[in-house]
Amino acid sequence: MSRLWRASPLTYGALIAATILSIFPIYWMFVVASRSSDAMGQLPPPVTPGGNLGANIARLFANTDAYFLTGLINSAIVATTVTISVVFFSSLAGFAFAKLRFRGSNALLMVIIATMMVPTQLGIIPLYMLMTKLNLNDRLPAVIMPALVTGFGVFMMRQYAGQAVSNELIEAARVDGCGTARIYWNVVLPALRPAAAVLGLLTFMTTWNDFLWPYAVLNDPENPTVQLSLRALSDGYYQDMSQVFTGTAIATLPLLLVFVLFGRQIIGGIMEGAVKA
Amino acid sequence: MALQLDARPPATPAPRTPRPSWARLSRIDAKYSPYLYIAPFFLVFAVFGAWPLAYTLWVSLHDWDLLGSNRTFVGADNYTRLLADADFWHSVVNTLGIFVISTVPQLLAALWLANLLNRQLRLRTGWRMAVLVPNVTSTAAVAIVFGVLFGREFGMINWLLDLVGVDAIGWKSNRFASWVAISTMVDWRWTGYNALIFLAAMQAIPRDLYEAAAIDGANRARQFWSVTVPLLKPTIIFCVIISTIGGLQLFTEPRLFHSGTNAIRGGPMRESQTLTMYMFENAFAPYYNFGYGSAVAWLLFALIAIVAAINVLIIRRLGAGARPDTGGRKGGSR
Repeated sequence: MSRLWRASPLTYGALIAATILSIFPIYWMFVVASRSSDAMGQLPPPVTPGGNLGANIARLFANTDAYFLTGLINSAIVATTVTISVVFFSSLAGFAFAKLRFRGSNALLMVIIATMMVPTQLGIIPLYMLMTKLNLNDRLPAVIMPALVTGFGVFMMRQYAGQAVSNELIEAARVDGCGTARIYWNVVLPALRPAAAVLGLLTFMTTWNDFLWPYAVLNDPENPTVQLSLRALSDGYYQDMSQVFTGTAIATLPLLLVFVLFGRQIIGGIMEGAVKA
Repeated sequence: MALQLDARPPATPAPRTPRPSWARLSRIDAKYSPYLYIAPFFLVFAVFGAWPLAYTLWVSLHDWDLLGSNRTFVGADNYTRLLADADFWHSVVNTLGIFVISTVPQLLAALWLANLLNRQLRLRTGWRMAVLVPNVTSTAAVAIVFGVLFGREFGMINWLLDLVGVDAIGWKSNRFASWVAISTMVDWRWTGYNALIFLAAMQAIPRDLYEAAAIDGANRARQFWSVTVPLLKPTIIFCVIISTIGGLQLFTEPRLFHSGTNAIRGGPMRESQTLTMYMFENAFAPYYNFGYGSAVAWLLFALIAIVAAINVLIIRRLGAGARPDTGGRKGGSR
């Protein structure tokens, strides 16, 4: 700590500039969301909030092209389901890789790491055909199922389980007659809670933001995710920008909230993953 | 990217109790349950990841429409047509152009930003959150917002440029300008994230290396280029590969930067249509040309592999000269 370089005023100046660049587009999104629609045609562009937010929200939810409320609910359902599933299955597999002995475990772990490099997004055409066959087009399971567990999640939980759960503890549970399932549930899962929380937050945010696959498979305009509602608003014949921006602001708000509450843990998770990966 | 593959699993203890059935059960549990625990990942990946990607190749060899009832095997036909398709090559150039002008400045800026953050700072977490916040916003929302910021008549960017005497730029109608605008939003989102990754790696560099370099008379800048950067090389390679895989598949940003019924083309003259957009345009509504779209997907896959390999070679070559003699990455992040 004491041997770190000292920050000069120049350092702070540069960081303040970076902060302004980071935050301004988000801030401005809320500014436009709070103004009337003619704010878009003003020069210089307005940079202070107006008093129109309530009216814009009312018009947004009444907009019959966007199905914004359905979009919000659908996104909440999808992101929550995927998050729970990813955390559960990743911690289970991570526990097996870190703490259980089985034939081929190293090779299988390598396969999992390799899958993180595979651009699976390029497989959406057969995926679409599969969902058509299963009669799941336009329905949420089509969005949820492919995301139920990720290689990244398994790898992250394995790394954490390796250091957070002591072998003695597992040994003791075994001697007491616990099977592996009970060891996972009673010993490992509680110890994994911090990493599970970070994985959950990252998964929730990624899933909430997902665009390409939902755009391909959810073609029914009455059953969108919130990102698809935004697309509908933005592509609309008549663009009411304050309404569009109200939509983008509301779609971003849950993510910002999560970030403000858990930013420290998210940063810790990203940085720790980087050192180990 | 040294993997820690050394986490020792505990040895399976010899069953102490002489009750045979329980012991057998426990042995079966210890031997087979691990496979059960890792099975969900492999199942989901096989069905929704690996199979679709492989099957894309099969589909690409067919004339295959939405119903798939009258699909015919056409061999490499889709590929020959694609290689003679001007719109395809147009989107290849767009994709590579956007990739280069977004990734290079992004990684350099991230290195610089990480270097700033790697100091004694007040409000340490605050600054880190500030640079990461773009990464947690909704991609679609940001693309729409930047689409307005880069508007021709009333966009804030053109207004600012006008203040310093630059004529209005058609950010959506000029090909190169649209690349710059899209790269700007990609960089806005990812620079801070990469900076934190670099920062984590920088913090693992032992301090005495800098002291030794300082004794040898190296100034700050010299220390950065001859100590920090070479030791960061594994991390830089990691970030470059991730940026390559993500960057060449760019879709949401260019798609929502444009609006209207033909936005999937990335502008009236396909100014910023990326390869993934071209795949989407052909494979889904209204054409549903699955065979042709699949051929685009596989050529994009090949392109990603080639570019990733080239990037790794370049980075390996760069700075291969000065490499301090330690690979140790001790210490955690603070």
